[in-house]
Amino acid sequence: MYDFSQIKKNLKIKLDGVPFNVVDFQFVKPGKGNAFTRTRLRNMYTGAVIERTFKQHEKLEPADMDERQMQFLFKEGDDFVFMDTSSFEQLHLSKDQLGENQWYLIDNTNVDVLFFNDKPIGVTPPTFVLMKVIRTEPGFKGDTSGGAMKPATMESGLEVNVPLFINEGETLKIDTRTGEYAERVNVKK
Amino acid sequence: MQPRSAARELAALKADTAVCLAGRIVARTADGFVLQDDTGCAQCLSSAQASVGAFARVVGVWDGVQLKAASVELLSAGNDRFMRGDSDFSQLIGKRLSNLRARHDVLRTIRSFLDAQGLLEVDTPAIVPCPGLDVHLDAIEVLGMGAPRWLHTSPEYQMKRLLSTGLPGVYQLGKAFRRGERGKLHEPEFTMLEWYRTFACAQDMMTDTEQLVSQIARVLTGGTRLPGIQQPVDVSAPWDRISVAEAFQRYAGVDVETVVHDDDRFYRLLVEKVEPELGRGRATFLTDYPARMASLARLSAQDPKCAERFEAYVDGVELCNGFSELTDPAEQRRRLQADQAQRGKLGRSVYPIDERFMAALEDGLPPSGGNALGVDRLVMLALGAKQIDEVVAFTTARV
Repeated sequence: MYDFSQIKKNLKIKLDGVPFNVVDFQFVKPGKGNAFTRTRLRNMYTGAVIERTFKQHEKLEPADMDERQMQFLFKEGDDFVFMDTSSFEQLHLSKDQLGENQWYLIDNTNVDVLFFNDKPIGVTPPTFVLMKVIRTEPGFKGDTSGGAMKPATMESGLEVNVPLFINEGETLKIDTRTGEYAERVNVKK
Repeated sequence: MQPRSAARELAALKADTAVCLAGRIVARTADGFVLQDDTGCAQCLSSAQASVGAFARVVGVWDGVQLKAASVELLSAGNDRFMRGDSDFSQLIGKRLSNLRARHDVLRTIRSFLDAQGLLEVDTPAIVPCPGLDVHLDAIEVLGMGAPRWLHTSPEYQMKRLLSTGLPGVYQLGKAFRRGERGKLHEPEFTMLEWYRTFACAQDMMTDTEQLVSQIARVLTGGTRLPGIQQPVDVSAPWDRISVAEAFQRYAGVDVETVVHDDDRFYRLLVEKVEPELGRGRATFLTDYPARMASLARLSAQDPKCAERFEAYVDGVELCNGFSELTDPAEQRRRLQADQAQRGKLGRSVYPIDERFMAALEDGLPPSGGNALGVDRLVMLALGAKQIDEVVAFTTARV
């Protein structure tokens, strides 16, 4: 059982037998009242997001998952296609099932696919993924705002804020826990 | 030393103006480097060996587009670690730095407002032998003091002891500490404003709050609205007032009498249904708390089922908690003992009763009003920040 203080993003819990993934959570506490954690949970079967508030002494039932490393092949409409590299078996996961993890998938890279009761229901991206910047304003031109960040679009379609010195074509390390820029990576040419 | 220009203001200068800039070299370009100061960036034309990350002073001529450097003086060693997303530079430069300036304005406005009211600023010790006994607050223990000690969760006891000397009013702008509280609106160490007035009541504290917050809106925005967390909020006086009973009826569809004896149900409805609706578009006081949630407030003379306690909400965020202070020592001791018993039952640490505070009440405290306001939250609301992390220099996790 998990307790209140273990709630974090991407924790997998079971409510009435249905697996849910913690999308977002917030500690809430009236100044003189009980502490709660307000969560947004993604139903891992349907992709639907619900809100649930847990109180301090509530226990949460873990949803035990199996993980298998598979290769992400490509996107087909709203589906993402994965392949087991030893058996060549393929499977599909929908955009809704993947949630924000869809932004961390790069064609032909390996990723852990999650199985619940032998059914594929999601992926666990690595903590950091490397991705190329496909679009961002050039570095310093006309920057007089003092703001240190600017928006950039990554090859997966993910939008992140990056420091001003980042240029198109560069490879960045993205933290999948926050969806934020971590650092620039010098890829040997 | 030559007077320094701000990078942001260069664009407004005429070509061929002599300038001096100081800042950090954040990138190299084909024919020079980019210098960033606390206001912005400037392209510098220079053949000097400039290492990225170093601080430098550049003297030269602004040609309308870039700074033609005549001299480049390197002032520190440099490395490119500062560019990493988790460096202090990346975390603080830009938005965060301008938030700290706004925070400074908020602190200054609070002081000038309360000084003008004739209140005395005090700073009482943070390490105390008896932290507050609020049932749902845990204190952080301090070792090495030779006796059990904690960081206070609020400086209330010590401030009331000062008040009992007959001062017209005292205020304190400092840190309060609460174990285990961390979230978008919580830090275990946060900045709190507490102020107390003698010969005053909760009504007077609400008036103070309205005036203080509307003055902050004037100073920061020039108007009567604060940006809020989600949507702007009018904070001009008078604020809306709604009793706890009315609010539970209106937003949760529940008679508060039916949930008041069950903390879990009461607070769950409060956080899920009631709080999110309060202070939307217009700042609101939640008033007339059930007697059971009186904390250190006096019960109402008109209706002893209610306490003269209020909280202010701005855009769904609890901003402060104020009372007509309880001054009856016998009733105070009964409540503290009940809190101790309740804490014991819940398995929480049972702190001792502060006998020096009790002695002050026994020696006599004039009828007084008090209020405690979360300053970080006020800064968030004044800036439209979504997380407390955006308005503090360093969170507890990054110290």
